[in-house]
Amino acid sequence: MNSLAQRFSTTSPLAHFRKIQRLADEDEDVSDAAWGSQAGFGSLTKGVPTFTVPNLPDPTAFLRLHTDDHADPNCRIKIQHGTTTLAFRFQGGVIVAVDSRATAGSYVASGTVKKVIEINPYLLGTMAGGAADCQYWETYLGIHCRLHELRNRERISVSAASKYLSNLVYGYKGMGLSMGTMICGWDKTGPTIFYVDSDGTRLKGDLFSVGSGSTFAYGVLDQGYRWDLTDEEAQELGRRSIYAAGHRDAFSGNTCNLYHVKEDGWRFIGNFDISKMHYEGPGDVPGAPGGGYGYALRVEGKSSANPPVAEAAA
Amino acid sequence: METSFAITGKGYVLVAADTTAARSIVKMKTDEDKIKILSPHLLMAYSGEPGDTIQFSEYVERNIRLYQIRNTLTLGPSAAASWIRRSLADSIRSRRPYAVNLLVGGYDTSSHTPELYWIDYLGTLTKIPFGAHGYGSYFALSLLDRYHDPEASLEEGIATLKRCLDEVAKRLVVSPGKYLVKVVDKDGVREIEI
Repeated sequence: MNSLAQRFSTTSPLAHFRKIQRLADEDEDVSDAAWGSQAGFGSLTKGVPTFTVPNLPDPTAFLRLHTDDHADPNCRIKIQHGTTTLAFRFQGGVIVAVDSRATAGSYVASGTVKKVIEINPYLLGTMAGGAADCQYWETYLGIHCRLHELRNRERISVSAASKYLSNLVYGYKGMGLSMGTMICGWDKTGPTIFYVDSDGTRLKGDLFSVGSGSTFAYGVLDQGYRWDLTDEEAQELGRRSIYAAGHRDAFSGNTCNLYHVKEDGWRFIGNFDISKMHYEGPGDVPGAPGGGYGYALRVEGKSSANPPVAEAAA
Repeated sequence: METSFAITGKGYVLVAADTTAARSIVKMKTDEDKIKILSPHLLMAYSGEPGDTIQFSEYVERNIRLYQIRNTLTLGPSAAASWIRRSLADSIRSRRPYAVNLLVGGYDTSSHTPELYWIDYLGTLTKIPFGAHGYGSYFALSLLDRYHDPEASLEEGIATLKRCLDEVAKRLVVSPGKYLVKVVDKDGVREIEI
């Protein structure tokens, strides 16, 4: 907060530098080269390196105003939002499944996004909300998990890793971070999932789904979920739930990435095309029912008509 | 928030609507019937702007009765749904439109087929095997994509409907407390306990 106040005060050293900088910019006679290389040997007339922020009393309010597409769909800066991610704990470990679509407003920016971040061989993070925020901070979390390992000669617990992230993002609360993530892994206590978001919420649980398609995924996931699912059944449930969201939510889709975490770390199961799952099914994989998931395919030839027996025979 | 579901099965349509009448954050009534019986083989679940819902559903009810009196014949489900859609399409282009969403379920006694129509306040009409309005649709539609069976017996249909209601009760923050369920089949319309 202190640095923030300093940045916008008119008497601070920074403000002084800005004034010099402005004068330097206006006066074209002052050559950039005068102080050595372009990068400068500490030429402070160009100011100390900082983030470029809107020149307003409250830049976070400004950012919110121009990025909140719930309040204003015509906002100028579109942040990547649509997603479906899910993770659940069961007898055989943890299943993590995500879609791969990135949207910016109504534009499908990419269909091949990796929304599972492999923090280390025992930890996975999922990505929903701002793509950059998730990618950057979860990679950063990976660095600190490794440092923990080196300092304590022991792998970090999922609980500690998720708390590290949660405390970190809480420090930026109200400054525009947007992430909804699940930190999943296997530690001394067994398979574990923590939900962490940029509000600072951190929840331990058996089953979570995050993103715009989460309601659709929950619809299938909740109904098919049991603790004693087999590995094959669990993988199929994760895949089928992401398909349901990809099918019903316009902001989710393209493909499904599936991971299974066991005692010896995570394993990537595969990448499944959602359109292909709709028409042909996931292919020859364990747990697949054979045939497409599409409703029309499933009920092909069936009819709700109920003519009397005599008439039907005629 | 207001939620309604409808599913078809072998020879029937099940229609369920929550029973709360809310104003602002207050539940004014918890046993409101929001499924109108339009004719011996026709049901309509309505939701939307308070006031508009009652006015419009009664307008539909009276007009379908009037048609029956004038012509002795009752409108079939598809004809009734078309008439209702047209009423809403005219309404949306009027000075003060009705903001009402509907699920019209009926049994066509001539072809022995249960029929279900999804209609929204804009005048969209679509014939579907299952449908929902309100926040409940976000949970129920994916579930029904997975579990709906057009040839399900009434017991199986009720079990599938219960899955929807349970899922909404489990996940929706503002989930409705009670639902009223009606079924229409070859024997007509009746209310069922769930």
